[in-house]
Amino acid sequence: MSLGPAEVAKIAHLARLAIRDEDVPAHARNLSAILELVAQMNATNTAGVAPMAHPLDMAQRLRPDAVAEPDQRACFQAIAPQIEAGLYLVPKVIE
Amino acid sequence: MHEKTIAQLSAGLAAGEFSSEELTRAFLERIARFNPRLNAFITVTAETALVRARAADQRRQRGEAGPLTGVPIAHKDIFCTEGVRTSCGSRMLDRFTAPYDATVVEKLNAAGAVMLGKTNMDEFAMGSSNETSFYGPVRNPWDLEAVPGGSSGGSAAAVVGRLAPGATGTDTGGSIRQPAALCGITGLKPTYGRVSRWGMIAYASSLDQGGPMARSAEDCALLLGAMAGFDPRDSTSADRPVPDYAALLDRPLDGLKIGLPKEYFGEGLDGAVAQVVEEAITEYRKLGAETVEISLPNSRLAIPAYYVIAPAECSSNLARFDGVRYGHRCENPKDLLDLYTRSRGEGFGAEVTRRILVGTFALSAGYYDAYYLKAQQIRRLISDDFQRAFQQVDVIAGPTSPTVAFKLGEKVDDPITMYLSDIYTIAVNLAGLPGLSLPVGFATGLPVGLQLIGDYFAEDRLLNVAHRYQQATDWHLRAPAAFA
Repeated sequence: MSLGPAEVAKIAHLARLAIRDEDVPAHARNLSAILELVAQMNATNTAGVAPMAHPLDMAQRLRPDAVAEPDQRACFQAIAPQIEAGLYLVPKVIE
Repeated sequence: MHEKTIAQLSAGLAAGEFSSEELTRAFLERIARFNPRLNAFITVTAETALVRARAADQRRQRGEAGPLTGVPIAHKDIFCTEGVRTSCGSRMLDRFTAPYDATVVEKLNAAGAVMLGKTNMDEFAMGSSNETSFYGPVRNPWDLEAVPGGSSGGSAAAVVGRLAPGATGTDTGGSIRQPAALCGITGLKPTYGRVSRWGMIAYASSLDQGGPMARSAEDCALLLGAMAGFDPRDSTSADRPVPDYAALLDRPLDGLKIGLPKEYFGEGLDGAVAQVVEEAITEYRKLGAETVEISLPNSRLAIPAYYVIAPAECSSNLARFDGVRYGHRCENPKDLLDLYTRSRGEGFGAEVTRRILVGTFALSAGYYDAYYLKAQQIRRLISDDFQRAFQQVDVIAGPTSPTVAFKLGEKVDDPITMYLSDIYTIAVNLAGLPGLSLPVGFATGLPVGLQLIGDYFAEDRLLNVAHRYQQATDWHLRAPAAFA
């Protein structure tokens, strides 16, 4: 499968990732090459093969529904780009 | 002191031949002297190291020392370290100071190991040459024009350059074993779930696994013993006891069955590397092992399946870097979308961008079955191949990497060629098995690694098989002349 500049732009939007216009052709070329590599899978018949999501086929553990972690908001917000009154600040979303 | 292995340093500390403070100073001096040439460290934590070294010496005086107490080590900069920059090799986290310690860091601290600093790596562990780091490439101590491998290239270069006797690494598709091979050290990727992933910055969560990198299997056994174990904070941590790896190293190899996958010795393998690997296998026969040719018929599908699964998981994991809570934020965002897209666009380098885009595409509406589901089915076939093999043999052996260390810049513009560097290591991650690389000789003056693959939780066996070889040979003790 080959991807063109418009498709690269669409994927980049889905990924919320700004890419420079001049880099789009290189991305299109590399992504197409990777998809070509990946297409080697298609030669193998996998009908009826159970997909493997996890190496150990383990069940998710449950834990008691009790508070286990202390409140460390101040510590975690100390590394935030912009906060005010315990809230993370972003550009205005609603006018 | 720098020429000693961790086991020897541990014995020297116990015998009072030197203190941890003296030892730590010696390694810090070597880092100051050689790191400008190697770029193996992103951050050096000299002051805290000396504080911790003195604390280790006091602990020893109280009679509370363990085998790693006072031993200096380095951490790959993917492990969160409280109060210390944890960059993951990325501009995105260039100014990120971790608010907590990763479980691996916490456990090694508790054992009394002394952190010297944080090692360089491919950005977010995506790369096989350490050239994708925001902090510039690491150089291979055997040839400063060659790559050290990746993504744990800084850890590998630091160990073989004698800037640290041991280091932590992580391995998603070969990132411990391939740099271990290219730098001539011993590195172990444990079974998925053996070492906690808590505080280890995620790349592909169903594949990522932390492990030790050091000169010898014995040293890796000491490190793994401290790193491994159940962690309730990691939902996929394996709840099973940790064996005493160091106590299990000496078992004889008589009757050991080593499987040699024919797919690992075919097209694509460099002839000189093949010859060195054959010689290592001959040495194993002398040590009492029996070799059997086996087949892992779906091996060639490992790279295609990996480049769907790993990017898919990466696109999801790296969505957290949005410029809001931590990490890089662009200047003057005009709206929320602009804040997200520009912060991410500026924060991520080319390879990370590439993998996020591939993963986003593979998971996008209409493509899921053709890519992600298909790759997971291939993953099952690859895993089944290994399970069939382990009904017949105890361990599997082959080359770790198809070539020795390549030149800086040689493959950086050609992602596909770079990806093929991990052709023998990736299947092991897909199956979740343990794999170890040990140095077994040189081809064209550069180190060659032998990869040993074991069944689930057979780390003790892999370390034992590597240790017996290292008792009979001295490849693991070789040092590059300029760093001896």
